[in-house]
Amino acid sequence: MRHEHIETNSGLMLLLILVVISIGGLVEIVPLFYINETIEKVDGVRPYTPLELRGRDIYVREGCYLCHSQQIRPFRDEWLRYGHYSLAAESQYDHPFQWGSKRTGPDLARLGGKYSNQWHVQHLKAPRSVVPQSIMPNYPWLLNTELDTSDVADRMRALRATGVPYSVTQAEYEANVKKFGEAVAVQLDISKARDSLFNQARERDFDGLPGQITEMEALVAYLQVLGTMVDFTKYDEGYFATFR
Amino acid sequence: MSDKTANTQQSSGTVQTTGHAWDGDLQEYNNPLPRWWLWCFYGTIVFSILYWFVYPSWPVGDTWIKGTGTVDYTVVDKGTGKEQAKEYRWNTRSLLLEDLGAAATDPQRKAMLAKVEAADYDQIVKDPKMMEFVRSVGKGLFGDNCAACHGRGGQGVVGLYPNLTDDDWLWGGKMAKINETLMQGRKGFMPAFGPVLKPEQLDDVAEYVLTLSNEAQPSEASARGKEIFQGQVGGCYYCHGADAKGLPSQGSANLTDKIWAIVNIPALKTPQEKQAALKTFISNGVNNTRVMPAWKDRLSSTDIKLLAVYVHQLSGVK
Repeated sequence: MRHEHIETNSGLMLLLILVVISIGGLVEIVPLFYINETIEKVDGVRPYTPLELRGRDIYVREGCYLCHSQQIRPFRDEWLRYGHYSLAAESQYDHPFQWGSKRTGPDLARLGGKYSNQWHVQHLKAPRSVVPQSIMPNYPWLLNTELDTSDVADRMRALRATGVPYSVTQAEYEANVKKFGEAVAVQLDISKARDSLFNQARERDFDGLPGQITEMEALVAYLQVLGTMVDFTKYDEGYFATFR
Repeated sequence: MSDKTANTQQSSGTVQTTGHAWDGDLQEYNNPLPRWWLWCFYGTIVFSILYWFVYPSWPVGDTWIKGTGTVDYTVVDKGTGKEQAKEYRWNTRSLLLEDLGAAATDPQRKAMLAKVEAADYDQIVKDPKMMEFVRSVGKGLFGDNCAACHGRGGQGVVGLYPNLTDDDWLWGGKMAKINETLMQGRKGFMPAFGPVLKPEQLDDVAEYVLTLSNEAQPSEASARGKEIFQGQVGGCYYCHGADAKGLPSQGSANLTDKIWAIVNIPALKTPQEKQAALKTFISNGVNNTRVMPAWKDRLSSTDIKLLAVYVHQLSGVK
């Protein structure tokens, strides 16, 4: 096939360009479906509870990922500011993951437990009332809007289709008890989704409004669990390097 | 000039064209690449092949070529607490460990950290060199971790987060106490007296509390309030103390000074406003809203010690 022949047939050229590009894509992407040893073997990572899951949906809805990443890279400056670098295992139940690519605001991968619930509520309502130099928008409606819990089971079913172990059958539930312990397994049971959500909201009262379940409740519940699932004191620092 | 040379070369046949013509006579020279460029290009190919074997690169089946490169680093063994030199294959995580180790072996910083770790609080405060270190490292730690609530300068937000620059402390202002606060976190609590006391009793207590810091003059109402405060009806003295100076073990506020952590009394103008604001507060209490997170899992014990000294010196107390 002559060079001139390709250059003067745009259809053929398009086809050949696609072939060349897909070779690169296939070589880089396909092996990732088969390489499992890059996912760290750590305890504690679990799917989100129904309340946290709704919070995550609100996080996505409000576009938090546009300014906040959730991925601490293995660099010294990030280690000092944010804490331990993110593990692949920590986002194994995230669909889609929230790693992000833009940090207009700080990284949120290890935000959980860093501030009080009250701070989060105040900060989301009016960021500049606690951080004067902040350029984050106000999200006051979160506190006035009741959380829609009607479709939480459907949302869990959708994630289950992607492989997140929310349970439907008794056998799946028991597998979860074995893997995550009973307290967590109950919360992953799709048939009890709304009860679990109400219970967690009642016990923890993330939004500071007893008796109400607002969108703020769910979002703060989600923010408070970020990066807290793995107990890093249990592992030697060199351990995680063996997965790369 | 160049046109002429090109034409001459073309007509003499020394330069080939690519062989095709557009618009009748538009042709393209097929000059050989400069030699130096070509050799550089071959060089990059050779380099990339060597690179594959030294650094992690190609996927192979369900694993990948991990490369022969290695990184040396030192880590503190969690079991024995001793430093260990290790070598591991090249990857970004090993590199980070090397980097963290190198920073820790930065002799001056390491020596100062060890000195601060070994010294007791009095020694640190008395040593200007150590205090300089505490101020510079503490400022970064404070900015990353504490400033979101307490403000960059530690000024706090009245009603939400305590001011750290005054000499009034809810949970105790000794450095060891601040350290304890940082390690385990704190939960402020005051019961709601709305359901316990009658509205007029709440008025009286509020009036009495205002007299404690000279915000109001003693009156009959405040005398009745004092009975409730100091007696079994209100029982306020359990936590605030009979002298109303607060008990650090309870995290209760000192009510006799002019510093108000929650209700911003000095900002209110009339006595009626002050009393009403205080009454509302006593009626609602504090529950689950004044929480200081625990930092022991997030920061090292040396970092927390540094912060305790840093926070203490913000208050200006010797």
